[in-house]
Amino acid sequence: MGRPGGLTDKPFSYCPGCTHGIVHRLVAESLDELELTGRTIGVVPVGCSVTAYEFFNCDMAQAAHGRAPAVATGIKRARPDNIVFAYQGDGDLAAIGTAETVHAAARGEQITVIFINNAIYGMTGGQMAPTSLPAQITQTSPYGRDPQVAGYPLRVVEMLSTLDGVALAQRVTVDGPRNIRAAKRAIKKAFEYQRDGVGYSIIEVVSTCPTNWGLSPAAALDWLRQNMLPYYPPGVYRDVVADGHADIAQAAAARRAELAEQATGNASAGQPARRGGGDAA
Amino acid sequence: MSEKVLMKGNEALAEAALRAGCDCFFGYPITPQTEVAAYMARRMPKVGGVYLQAESEIAAINMIYGASAAGARVLTSSSSPGISLKSEGISYLAGADLPAVIINVQRGGPGLGGIQPSQADYWQATRAMGHGDFHVTVLAPSTVQEMCDLVALAFDLADRYRTQVMILADGLLGQMMEPVVLPEPAGADARADKPWALTGTGGVRPGNVANSLCLVADNLEARNVERFRRYEVIRDSEQRAETYLVDDAETVIVAFGACARVAKSAIDTLRRDGVAVGLIRPITLWPWPADAINAVLDGGVVRRMLSVEMSMGQMIDDVKLTVNGRIPVDFFGRSGGVVPTPAEVEGAVRRLVDAGDGAPAAAGVTAGVAAHNANNGKEA
Amino acid sequence: MSDIRSEIRLLLAGFGGQGILFAGKVVAYAGLIEDRELSWLPSYGPEMRGGTANCSVTLASSPIGSPLVTEPDVLVAMNRPSLEKYAPIVRPGGVIVYDSSLIDTMPVRDDVQIYDVPATGITSEQDLGGLANVLMVGKLWRETQFCAEDTLTAALEKAIPARKAHLLEPNLRALKLGKSYV
Repeated sequence: MGRPGGLTDKPFSYCPGCTHGIVHRLVAESLDELELTGRTIGVVPVGCSVTAYEFFNCDMAQAAHGRAPAVATGIKRARPDNIVFAYQGDGDLAAIGTAETVHAAARGEQITVIFINNAIYGMTGGQMAPTSLPAQITQTSPYGRDPQVAGYPLRVVEMLSTLDGVALAQRVTVDGPRNIRAAKRAIKKAFEYQRDGVGYSIIEVVSTCPTNWGLSPAAALDWLRQNMLPYYPPGVYRDVVADGHADIAQAAAARRAELAEQATGNASAGQPARRGGGDAA
Repeated sequence: MSEKVLMKGNEALAEAALRAGCDCFFGYPITPQTEVAAYMARRMPKVGGVYLQAESEIAAINMIYGASAAGARVLTSSSSPGISLKSEGISYLAGADLPAVIINVQRGGPGLGGIQPSQADYWQATRAMGHGDFHVTVLAPSTVQEMCDLVALAFDLADRYRTQVMILADGLLGQMMEPVVLPEPAGADARADKPWALTGTGGVRPGNVANSLCLVADNLEARNVERFRRYEVIRDSEQRAETYLVDDAETVIVAFGACARVAKSAIDTLRRDGVAVGLIRPITLWPWPADAINAVLDGGVVRRMLSVEMSMGQMIDDVKLTVNGRIPVDFFGRSGGVVPTPAEVEGAVRRLVDAGDGAPAAAGVTAGVAAHNANNGKEA
Repeated sequence: MSDIRSEIRLLLAGFGGQGILFAGKVVAYAGLIEDRELSWLPSYGPEMRGGTANCSVTLASSPIGSPLVTEPDVLVAMNRPSLEKYAPIVRPGGVIVYDSSLIDTMPVRDDVQIYDVPATGITSEQDLGGLANVLMVGKLWRETQFCAEDTLTAALEKAIPARKAHLLEPNLRALKLGKSYV
């Protein structure tokens, strides 16, 4: 199987069993198939994929830790006709870059974020991440992550799915051929949404880190299935098109109207306004 | 020539940026620079440019990084505490050789400090605008007209040398109104060619990369050496300073920005009394205008210099480095947002002149405030 | 006040919302129209919100050093705290104009000329509420002739933005009341 045109010939430098390579390939294939590679600009984070600008065969920017969504915003605002993606890990996106992530999503930036969640800091050698699971042992949670001390992990796509600026928030995994194909469909859809101006899209990819988890590649996939997927269930958390809207503006208007109606109804019934349910989960 | 209009420094600067072809502005509100952002918010949509209020100064400077990498002429603006937040991003801009213009309308610090005018970010701007081996070119306006005129220069220097240019103003210059003649809009031919920009490969060229990462020490050293060669060119060809009545001056004040205005008033008064005093006003703080100072020293008339600043004494380090012990260098300053009065500067010069050459030189960086307090009958 | 055509340094002060900065702008525009050197510097920050506001304006024949007026030739005071704070720093021989509708005390200076004007009272009687600031500028002009008379009217016209053109007529009336107040 040859490398897609969206990747350079440079061999990946990732550890054996690391899922970065798979996801890089899915991104590159999606862009190639949509014939977008030539007008794509990627932004890579600080973390194991810090040198990913060497692997993607398009224009690339390397961003400061956590700031990829802001860098992507700057690029997209300056060149709205380009396709812009940010590729980030969990420490980058969900710890130091949470504000940039939330606000890029809230603004409905027409960018695509690929979020690699493997519940650990890889590049620095296995420290606790914002998505490390309760009781997970890492270099900086040597007795297991204690929520009483270290708090609870962030479920990023669930959190972002509440924002009107988000067109697509989906969680996938790449633990086997079937799920890899599903992940590819999600990533491709995210770029289609960007191309069509639907809104901000984020695909969270539940991933492994065999090296820092201290497991073989195969055992790491088992650990992912047994521990990660129950905590971070794959699924579509927000898809404004599937909900019957053309874009985030329409979806936001519909949600606003729905909330206003509920508020009026509740007020006449003498009850406090309550949040409407119905968001896909 | 266009007619004179009355404008605030902050607004004149913003208008000048538009006329210089600024494509994108990203910022965050902070006193006393907010008029720059407000002006851009009003005007950018009308001229097809980009204005975006970021969620933080950190986000703003990284948006600048992205837009600059994409080839746009970019501007951000803040005041002292916000500039500290931007310093990480400025270091990345330097590492990636991305042109950008950054405005600092200074206020008193450290910490949250105050909101009144200050020059206490001199060290930060000229010495430590972020981590790593780099310099930011620093321009210091002294009038609303210069707030305007230095903007086009800043964009041109940034593009020409692929560097970051800071306009180091202060709350007084930002908030005051003066008559100003706005510059003519720059023509399209003024725009630099940016073959390195991220525009999409179009499938016809290898990918461009905007990047400050360089893991091989020798390679990183080589990149830094190349950058410092550009800095040498800047140092050789871009120093700017104004001199005022220095030819026969035995005492020469060195002051920039708002302080230079105050110093000029003091000099005019002193001259009427026959005191031979003049002014060197650095317009570029980096590159430091050593040539102008050396020229005055080489004239052989000057017997002492006095650094006048709105800080506890920061620029005086550069004055002393250039003077290199040839004559005494003294200091007068006010800190925390206090603007020195012409009378205070006049007093500082008179004390120096009266003490004569036998007097000990610099009495330390707190001398200015101490002298002020002594004058007011307070304990220094 | 030896040569007012050569240099005049004004301090205008009052509460936020009284139009202190606007009054300063009218004086500044007069300088612009007469092609003089000028500077206008507001107090800024939290004190604008309901507290005191002040504004330094200098008109001069040579470049202006500090735009901060610390020893004014002229003080226009529109509230008591401003009058008490700034009356002592007016240069000997200078001028103080204050709004006696709002200030029930007299500045104690025998080396300056003092003019009390019930500006807020007059303007509210004349259905010109909110224009005491402009009346004060008129009175200031009467006592100092800081610019040519035509310039003053033109300056007021210039200071009012086009979208508020309907306010020009009441402003001109307030100015005239100030100019004729004895």
